[in-house]
Amino acid sequence: MARKSWIALVGAFALVTVGVTYIMGLWITPPDVFQGNLVRLIYVHPAVAWVAYLAYGVTSLASLAYLWKKTRNYKWDLLAASSAEVGVVFTALTLITGSIWGRPTWGVWWTWDARLTTTALLLVLYLGYLALRRVSEDREQRAKRSAVAALIAFIDVPIVHQSVVWWKTLHQSATVFNADLNPKIHGEMAWTLLLGFLSFTVVYVWMVIKRYDIARTQFKLEDQTVERAIKERVGTI
Amino acid sequence: MLKAAKVIALKDLRIELRSRVVLNQILPFVVVVLIIFAFAFSKYPTLLVTVAPGLYWVATLFSSLLALQRSFSLETENGAKDALILYGLDPAGIYVGKVFAVLVEMVVLEVFLTLGIVLLYSVHLHELVDLAFTGLIGTLGILAVGVTFSAMTSASKAKETILPLLLLPVVAPVLLSGTKAWENEIAGKAGLGDPWVGLLILFAAAFLSLGTLTFGSVLEE
Repeated sequence: MARKSWIALVGAFALVTVGVTYIMGLWITPPDVFQGNLVRLIYVHPAVAWVAYLAYGVTSLASLAYLWKKTRNYKWDLLAASSAEVGVVFTALTLITGSIWGRPTWGVWWTWDARLTTTALLLVLYLGYLALRRVSEDREQRAKRSAVAALIAFIDVPIVHQSVVWWKTLHQSATVFNADLNPKIHGEMAWTLLLGFLSFTVVYVWMVIKRYDIARTQFKLEDQTVERAIKERVGTI
Repeated sequence: MLKAAKVIALKDLRIELRSRVVLNQILPFVVVVLIIFAFAFSKYPTLLVTVAPGLYWVATLFSSLLALQRSFSLETENGAKDALILYGLDPAGIYVGKVFAVLVEMVVLEVFLTLGIVLLYSVHLHELVDLAFTGLIGTLGILAVGVTFSAMTSASKAKETILPLLLLPVVAPVLLSGTKAWENEIAGKAGLGDPWVGLLILFAAAFLSLGTLTFGSVLEE
């Protein structure tokens, strides 16, 4: 199958799984004993948070691949940038959905809890990364510098997390991936939760492919512009 | 590497001794910051004693931004950075030299900052050795990552705005750990065995290693 059809298929799959998550989350699953309908955010919030972490993981790996001389290729740089951009969108979604849940549950839109603070810092950290990508005009310089910045962010995240975890924390502990791997959620609620993870991951994959294609087209366009300019100059001599 | 570091550090410190930008401009800035904080808390002056550790680290962070920008604006004039690369100096040496030179300048600033806190905010400081070590290691952490970011952004048009955006979120753990460590030390609750000091050491070590390894990639044009 051609590449384009594959991408369309991934897109269609993402749309369908998100649609099913939507229906399951809003209508099929029951409200929670304690949280009532608020629990329905659980089908979205942890899933988008996971995608944000996944996106930054991909950015870090791709940046490492670019910095390592044996695998140095602009493809890695473009992939790192595309994934970081999608990651920023999902981090913002994580904060927004978390706030919507936090207001009725904790009574506040925002609290200085460990995970909230880490996530907010993560957002500004990668906004900085994206801003840095815009200031360098030279392609190689941009790729190298943003790869180093991505590595700095990657090393920083666990330290940021550790430092804010030492504040007393309000956030729930992990529901699915807790230490003894014994999920506290069962039945159709658990399935919907897992479906949420799957559907948003597929959305992420589709968005990164699309963003990567745009980045690659821009890259080629820059090359062509330079070539055309050279031809015009040489032609006039 | 150490030879290159020594050359760069001595060069930067000599320039500072002759131009006195840090002493004549950044030091007054630190004093202004201390006064402005006092305005912010004017309703509850006793609160200044409680929040002094945090204010110390915020002031340190802001002044290190200025010192870092100064350190690399030296290299953008007359293509000095290109000359540095052409001399064939070890990039890791340039990095260490820059970190060391700015660290010396920051230590001078922080001595005055501490004096300011004692005099203006009436904070009683004990355990001066612990406080000084915590201040030194935290500042080293800020500069370890700050020098890398300044080198990346010094030649760009948006250097004044992009450096704070990049640096502040990354050094957030230093601000948090430094403040907590100072609070504990002032309260006499913990010395250098405090986990917060451990986190500062970890931060500085991690970013010094990364900076030394990657400065070559950052410096190349």
